[in-house]
Amino acid sequence: MARVVLTNSACRAYTGGVAEFETPARSIRALVRDLESRFPGLGHQVEESMALAIDGVMYQDDLTAEIAENAEVYLLPRIGGG
Amino acid sequence: MAPDGTHTDLKVVGTRPVRPDGVDKVTGRAQFGADFQLPGQLVGKVLRSPHAHARILSIDTSGAMAVPGVKAVTTAEDLPDIPSEEAFVGEGPMNFRDMSRNTLARDKVLYDGHAVAAVAATSAAAADAGLAAIKVEYEVLPHVIDVEDAMASGAPVLHDDMFTSGMKPKPTAPSNVAKRLAFQLGDPDAAFANADVVIERKYSTAPVHQGYIEPHACVAQYAADGQIQIYCSSQGQFMVRAYCAKLLGVDISEIRVTPLEIGGGFGGKTLVYLEPVAVILSRKSGRPVKMVMSREEVFRGSGPTSGGTVWVRIGAKRDGTIVAGDAVLKFQAGAFAGSPVGPGCMTAFAMYDLQDVRIIGYDVVTNRPKVAAYRAPGAPISTFGVESAVDELARELGMDPVELRLRNAAKKGTKAAYGPTFGDIGYVETLEAVKEHPNYKAELGPNQGRGVASGFWFNIGGESSATVNINEDGTAVVATGNPDIGGSRASMAMMAAEVLGIDVERVRPIVADTSSVGYCFLTGGSRVTFATGMAVVEASKAVVEEMKARAAKTWDIPVDAIEWRDGHAEPAGSNAGQFEPLSLADLAAKSGRTGGPITGKSSINAQGAGPGFGTHLVDVEVDRETGHVKVLRYLATQDAGRAIHPSYVEGQIQGGAVQGIGWALNEEYIYDKDGRLENPGFLDYRVPVASDLPMIDTVVVEVPNPAHPFGARGVGEVPIVPPMAAMANAIQDAIGIRMTDLPMSPPKVRRALDEQQAAE
Repeated sequence: MARVVLTNSACRAYTGGVAEFETPARSIRALVRDLESRFPGLGHQVEESMALAIDGVMYQDDLTAEIAENAEVYLLPRIGGG
Repeated sequence: MAPDGTHTDLKVVGTRPVRPDGVDKVTGRAQFGADFQLPGQLVGKVLRSPHAHARILSIDTSGAMAVPGVKAVTTAEDLPDIPSEEAFVGEGPMNFRDMSRNTLARDKVLYDGHAVAAVAATSAAAADAGLAAIKVEYEVLPHVIDVEDAMASGAPVLHDDMFTSGMKPKPTAPSNVAKRLAFQLGDPDAAFANADVVIERKYSTAPVHQGYIEPHACVAQYAADGQIQIYCSSQGQFMVRAYCAKLLGVDISEIRVTPLEIGGGFGGKTLVYLEPVAVILSRKSGRPVKMVMSREEVFRGSGPTSGGTVWVRIGAKRDGTIVAGDAVLKFQAGAFAGSPVGPGCMTAFAMYDLQDVRIIGYDVVTNRPKVAAYRAPGAPISTFGVESAVDELARELGMDPVELRLRNAAKKGTKAAYGPTFGDIGYVETLEAVKEHPNYKAELGPNQGRGVASGFWFNIGGESSATVNINEDGTAVVATGNPDIGGSRASMAMMAAEVLGIDVERVRPIVADTSSVGYCFLTGGSRVTFATGMAVVEASKAVVEEMKARAAKTWDIPVDAIEWRDGHAEPAGSNAGQFEPLSLADLAAKSGRTGGPITGKSSINAQGAGPGFGTHLVDVEVDRETGHVKVLRYLATQDAGRAIHPSYVEGQIQGGAVQGIGWALNEEYIYDKDGRLENPGFLDYRVPVASDLPMIDTVVVEVPNPAHPFGARGVGEVPIVPPMAAMANAIQDAIGIRMTDLPMSPPKVRRALDEQQAAE
């Protein structure tokens, strides 16, 4: 199982304050589905407006990236730049 | 080619060829936004609000249409009234309702300079007369400029429908605080309880403009069949197309955007201001319409970056180990929600190996222009606070500030203060580069001081496309869809040349319009050399594969029996047969007879942009009589992963450092009591010029980013992050005064010296 960690309040608002949990998802697409089923609204939020770090590598707007068996996944605000 | 960016055999990447756009720019032939013209074009101009906050009771445009030469007038009534809808099309969360109302005010004006109406006329004089004939009736409302004033109870509320998100319970009254967000790792309260030393201080920064020399400019042409052509200077032709389609309510396929040269953007040209207005005026007049902002309009009507307050608390052990961090950030967003407080929070402590940290951020609207992105949006503000506090910690502990940072520096395997674990990063290397530089040990005289500070930025990838066309003489054209604001054309040509195995002079890079190349996300976030560069590499590899296939056909041998080496197809071994190598030019010349033209294409969504770190070291001298701060020496070190074209990397670092020095010392918006901007010009809004500065020394360190074929990281954001704290720390070292509020302008420094003297 991969471990999902929420460090920001915007995500924790969907989980009732839960900051860490495990997921069987093996791709971002599967993670979005898992999040939406467990914490309604969070999957949509992640898909539309957030970034993910999977084992330290940042992903944005990518549903295809794989999540390894024991990966560490952080849900983060989307990043832009100047 | 090694897949992890660890090349040792590069022939083009890492060299310094002449820039492909250089001749056009030094001879004045390059066409920037304001240079472009179409036959029969009209002059478009904007009527702007004279009030910081007012209700629009009525707009009467009939007088303008009666002015000789005026061909069209427009107001927000000509734009679709878009409902609140947040989406990611450009650089951040964008509410199209807000963007529409920022383009042309509807119901209320929210800042001095807010666009209210526009005219198109046969001459500038007629356009001005048309603007003067528009009658707008306002009900002036109380206004608020300062971020903490806007948060105070009883402050004038800008938006009756804005209720602070992220609060529990959900507020029942509207507020200027659009959002509260919080990040936390570990148990910071417990960690502070175990700290030997705690530094706590509040800092503030002023909103500053990106200061691009070229003002916003565009030409729009609306054809009788509804097809729209836009020629403009921006940080993304696809961004302009998407925003205009949304704001105008038309299909994307109806708009073609041709990018012109861009004279600076730095994040400030990731939005549209004039383009939708010019399209409406063209539609109404039946003529092309050209619009160019004056410098005053740029300051009054386009977005600076946020100003804000930064409260910081840092706890450490006596040995210098930082054990806890705490910060509260209050960022002003301007007239509509959307400050970069999120990345401000995430970057604040990112340089340090810190397991217990808490950061709270507020996004606050005020009666100022809506903020826009500016290099590493948000990071310079929070980092000014944190890196100033780290310097204070070093003084409290009696430690060298570089050694203190080395003791606590994030490295591979460190869990970043915003969560994820860092991979290959080069922060330590930037600190070591500072220690090894002669500036680190240069002697200082009276009233002189030395300051150091570091900075971090995530960098991003994203969607990019590239096409590589091989011409029949063996030259190549590389087409991408990203405006070149930092030397990307040179980098694209170099990466293509490296893969193809030909001289870079034989590769011509172009920036194509939206109908001529696949989609590219905008030029920003230091993403183009990384992401679009990856697309160019992939497209070039496709060309190489096709070249090998053509050689196989020529020699009647299997394609897997062919190798590509130094721009030539060669038999892979003696078993493949004895053939003279065929060069790329040989194969190109025969391409018509071996299957047709040779083109490589790639469209990707690049992920894995490597984070960037930099450290700056500055020596200053403070004039105790005038408060003037002179920069004596300035060193900027940065991890570039792999510098594709080192001169451009150095230029990015120097430019960012100089903008940061201006942010530190002089730049600020000055408003009168009625909320009107008093310094909308470069005479009174003081940016550094060459005579103000020494040469900015640079050291580029290279810790390859394994996600990029050559190891590149973005470099354009990081260099603006450290300068403000580095300057403040140097001033502290020179005169023993901690300057906490930017800009550290001569009057402020002089006042601080007076207070120091009075205290003695």
